[in-house]
Amino acid sequence: MSATTAPGHTETGKKLLLKGNELMVRAAIEAGCRFFAGYPITPQNEVPEYMSQLMPKVGGTFVQAESEIAAINMIFGASAAGARCMTSSSSPGISLKQEGISYIASAELPCVIANVQRGGPGLGNIRASQADYFQAVKGGGHGDYRLIVLAPASLDELQDLTMNAFDYADYYRNPVMILADGLLGQMAEPVDARPYEPILELPEKDFVLDGCKGREARVIKTLFLRPPKALVTHNMRLQKKYETIASELQLCENVQTDDAELVIAAYGMTARIAKGAVDMARQAGMKVGLIRPITLWPFPGPAFMEVAGTAKKLLVVEMSSGQFIEDVKLATECNIPVEFLGMGGGWYPTPENIFEKISAIYDK
Amino acid sequence: MEFKKPTSLLDVPTHYCPGCGHGIVQRLVGEVIDELGIREKTIGTAPVGCAVLLYDYFDCDIIECSHGRSPAVATGIKRVLPDRVVFTYQGDGDLAAIGTAETIHVANRGENITIIFVNNAIYGMTGGQMAPTTITGQRTTTTQEGRGQNQEGPPLKVCELLASLDGVTYLERVAVSTPKDIMRAKKAVKKAFQNQIDEKGFSLVEVLSMCPTDWKVSSTAAVDFVNNEMKEVFPLGVFKDEK
Repeated sequence: MSATTAPGHTETGKKLLLKGNELMVRAAIEAGCRFFAGYPITPQNEVPEYMSQLMPKVGGTFVQAESEIAAINMIFGASAAGARCMTSSSSPGISLKQEGISYIASAELPCVIANVQRGGPGLGNIRASQADYFQAVKGGGHGDYRLIVLAPASLDELQDLTMNAFDYADYYRNPVMILADGLLGQMAEPVDARPYEPILELPEKDFVLDGCKGREARVIKTLFLRPPKALVTHNMRLQKKYETIASELQLCENVQTDDAELVIAAYGMTARIAKGAVDMARQAGMKVGLIRPITLWPFPGPAFMEVAGTAKKLLVVEMSSGQFIEDVKLATECNIPVEFLGMGGGWYPTPENIFEKISAIYDK
Repeated sequence: MEFKKPTSLLDVPTHYCPGCGHGIVQRLVGEVIDELGIREKTIGTAPVGCAVLLYDYFDCDIIECSHGRSPAVATGIKRVLPDRVVFTYQGDGDLAAIGTAETIHVANRGENITIIFVNNAIYGMTGGQMAPTTITGQRTTTTQEGRGQNQEGPPLKVCELLASLDGVTYLERVAVSTPKDIMRAKKAVKKAFQNQIDEKGFSLVEVLSMCPTDWKVSSTAAVDFVNNEMKEVFPLGVFKDEK
């Protein structure tokens, strides 16, 4: 029996050894993504490259767009036409997409957007970074809207979350961002191929523009001029949806937090690195744990509050000069001290760096 | 012969100013959709500009796009649903300024879509600023001494520009300033839709149109401006017709 039947239909148990960027492509196509538009930018180039190879094999569409702006607007169209669709980029390119993301959020069109983050601001560099946290979580485009933001910390989880992202997008009719980074995109580790199964009961797409045969004509729009409160009504409906998402979709991992006196808060690859530091600290006799949000929006606030009720101190570690820390402080209402280890510019910590910081603050 | 409203248009008053050409152009598009029997398989895009409320006037599926991005949105729709008819309806600021990159690349890819490009040489909705197609010497709120005094460059000629691209199938410039022009415009619009149905590739019809309000002239003077000034700068005719 061959391990693979056809692209897009992977049998369980097949071992994959792919870069994170490539695995994301495979998982997306497995989950039924049939339209991709993107633009080259390091460190996510394997995404459009691999998409261009695989999409034609499953009868899907790959478009190398003339710009990030065009790419996100092609997604706007493809989603309106009913396709599961995706775009990817890295930090400066994601900035260019922000107008389109705002429109997609307002129009409530499902899609998946991957940000394989690099250093910024400006052209920055091509090293891994987590400096787009605010942009992803607080809304980088104009207006009151929210993205569902997922932060995988391993390739196995990247595979799962990429597939789940399409379900969340369809279920909530909302754009979903996979907030990865250059480390995750470029590294390879063995992963068991997971066949796609929907994790949610998905609603019928009753918004699709495919010609009005046998029904009333449909309009997808984001301009609300009349009556004067039309936009207020629209926005209130959006906010109500966001409240529902926030109450239903908070994913978080706790590692040895039950007895921990010091808990590290980190997400994505930084959390992966921090796990090494937790082990080192435990071996040195320090009660250290880790809390790792998997959804950055909605932020798993109650899980953080719980940790703040048992630990004496938090240590936020992130690959930025301090963005995620603001949500940690808000979620814990500063009930316990929050220490910080982070830096912008494509810096990333080693387990030793984090252990050193733990040692310095543990007894203070 | 009975004069009736096309089925593809809703029976509602429009917000367009007296003497504006949009109503004529939209009627032509509506008539063509009716005649080709494609209303139920057509998806249109609304631009940012005076025609943003297109969906209030057409009785077919419409998506409203961000400024200049209709060609990219239309690409997404058409690639997902290749057997549907997809058209964009765009003004000069939308298509030839902020959306220039999307315009050139959708044309060069030869996307099998139809673009109706309304050129009235001004930004209408925002109150009469210079458009990429404002003609030299034309006064606007941002070229109060006339275009050309402040290094604005000459007007951008879209059909001439796109004619150099191998991916393009059909380009024609028409006007809606005389009855004869309107009849010719109708033929061009119909051909641009028929090309798409026949899977011939990318078609664009540029329509010279009147904006008396923002040109700050009477409706009849606006017609004269199209006939005497705009047609000089933007000559009518077929710029490309690949069989």
